[in-house]
Amino acid sequence: MYQYDHHDQTIVNERAAQFRDQTRRFLAGELTEDQYRPLRLMNGLYIQRHAPMLRVAIPYGLLSSTQMRMFAHIARTFDRGYGHFTTRQNIQYNWPQLEQVPDILDCLASVQMHAIQTSGNCIRNTTSDHLAGVAADELEDPRPYCEIIRQWSTLHPEFAFLPRKFKIAVSGAERDRAATQVHDIGLQLVKNAEGRVGFEVLVGGGLGRTPIIGVVIRPFLEKEDLISYLEAILRVYNQLGRRDNKYKARIKILVKETGAEAFTRLVEEEWGLIRSSLKLDAQEIERVSKDFKTRQYAKLPATNAQVESLLTSDKEFAAWHRRNTVDHKSTGYRAVFISLKPHGKAPGDMTDTQMDAIAEIADRYSFGEIRVTHTQNLVLADVEAQKLPELWRELASLELATANVGTATDMITCPGLDFCSLANAASIPVANGIQSLFEDMDYLYDLGEIRINISGCMNGCGHHTVGHIGILGVDKKGEEWYQITLGGSSANEASLGERLGPSVARDEVTGVMEKIFLTFKELREGEESFLETVRRTGIEPFQERVYENH
Amino acid sequence: MKIIKSGHVVEDQWVHLDDESTLQPGTMATVSLDRLEALTDEERQIPTSLGVRIRPGEDVNRLNNHIKRITLVVLAMNPFTDGRSFSQARILREQLGFQGEIRASGDFLRDQMYYLHRLGVDSFEFAEGTDLNDRLKAFTEFTVTYQAAQDEPQPLFRRRG
Repeated sequence: MYQYDHHDQTIVNERAAQFRDQTRRFLAGELTEDQYRPLRLMNGLYIQRHAPMLRVAIPYGLLSSTQMRMFAHIARTFDRGYGHFTTRQNIQYNWPQLEQVPDILDCLASVQMHAIQTSGNCIRNTTSDHLAGVAADELEDPRPYCEIIRQWSTLHPEFAFLPRKFKIAVSGAERDRAATQVHDIGLQLVKNAEGRVGFEVLVGGGLGRTPIIGVVIRPFLEKEDLISYLEAILRVYNQLGRRDNKYKARIKILVKETGAEAFTRLVEEEWGLIRSSLKLDAQEIERVSKDFKTRQYAKLPATNAQVESLLTSDKEFAAWHRRNTVDHKSTGYRAVFISLKPHGKAPGDMTDTQMDAIAEIADRYSFGEIRVTHTQNLVLADVEAQKLPELWRELASLELATANVGTATDMITCPGLDFCSLANAASIPVANGIQSLFEDMDYLYDLGEIRINISGCMNGCGHHTVGHIGILGVDKKGEEWYQITLGGSSANEASLGERLGPSVARDEVTGVMEKIFLTFKELREGEESFLETVRRTGIEPFQERVYENH
Repeated sequence: MKIIKSGHVVEDQWVHLDDESTLQPGTMATVSLDRLEALTDEERQIPTSLGVRIRPGEDVNRLNNHIKRITLVVLAMNPFTDGRSFSQARILREQLGFQGEIRASGDFLRDQMYYLHRLGVDSFEFAEGTDLNDRLKAFTEFTVTYQAAQDEPQPLFRRRG
């Protein structure tokens, strides 16, 4: 993975020192709450329902075991012994003390990490495919470009006070696992007619109150033009994006109100002025890329007798192997998902003990690296297939081998009303209620791949609009109610979910989900996935069943 | 009144005229962008140092025809969270080729001065009573930058070694 040199290290050190002084000035009354707010947000610090919340960046989801150990240390020393992994490849701590946050930032800087621009109206953490570099369907590793974007966007002098937050995602594979179509800018590595690799550029996607799928404004961008083109988009947005209404301030609204063609013209005009002065050197791409090409894969057989025999003799291992591991580009290796969705726990949470243990496991099984997925799980990307049985046993002893990745209980869930001051309704207890339907794991596997996403308010941190089943918490006269949508997806054929009908009370959600699953089983043809069935039948049969007695 | 200019605390010579005031020969005066565009040919000949005040929502490209006549552009920042002034500074320097003084005034934080300085803002005007020597610390908080800007012509990737 990318290694800081003294320049990169100096920047995070100086940023931590700057924030220490900003916090001192705030506590001394030299900065008002209004003045301190954007400064602390740009260092990931929110003031939440119970305490401050600190969001730490995991750039494009990649962590070393040393960094994971530091997460454990921070959880133990400054928090209540756990952390929460988010949908944008960050980790959040829910209980730090404001006065101690500068110390946490120093701890992070000591392992080449930071909380820079993880919140606020600025360019956020650039996210990517959690299988980058190992996926069989990959054209090119997107992570060097993510790192180049991270550096360009870090403390960018012009774009620290944008109309609203700004999120960039990069994907290099055929299958989009980075949700590029629902980001402010989505970059997809593509090959043009001459065989050169560059970027397809999408703009104006996003979730939240006004979910929109992004539009392609440039089908092919040369790699050397990456920075100038991003800069052109950001400059147009910074000048013309709405600042009169925070709910209309995202770039998606500007693109929509200007029209995609006119917006593209503005970007291309601006780009023409700056293109030649902001060229990205091939040497720089090479310098950053080499840090991602350090693997020495062993020559391994495609199959292993011990694994094959366990697959037939142990049903639980077989289920875990099928659900929680995927193909690797190198023969004899597999990528292993670590489910952070054990039934009955808060999705995405991990204790300090588990973090330390995973760091140690990563050292022994996967080159000392761990990835974080936007579905709030972890990945050990480079595991020798022959070692899967012993890894599985170790993970199981840590309660980290729940064989549910990609299934109905592998839900994306925001912190919800239990933690978040924006939320209207709880998320975690709703997820736990749905998980309680699946004491019988065979029932879960029978339903196949289903993405259920839960948000506690319309800001949509739980990505409900792109869930195959989306659940949105709303406030109805002080009570928690839930709107349900079907048919959303953030993958290649991205779509927004369609509303099933009137919202339902909190204690009805689990029952409604049961009816949806039942309807699916009746309608399903062959091995169809839930999403395929909904796309084929439409939502009407589900509506009829759910609301039959209303 | 004292301001920060080119990293030093200095006495300010400029006066800021409202749209009803007349330009006086031998003075250093700023006018609004609308007033600048409305100046008559006679007014333009008055021997003054002329400056202009730009609000965040105003298109800085409107200065294109006046860039040789003016020696000061004041970015009237308000509120400090409105980041359009940052792009205005950059466009003034890099696209309009303005070589005179660019000044930040109005509502901005010490913590924004470094970014503004990087974009080519060279003077800073604060409310009366502000501790200017304290504000000078803003320029020394960072010693490394990733991006090229007015203070550093090359991005970091061409300077590593």
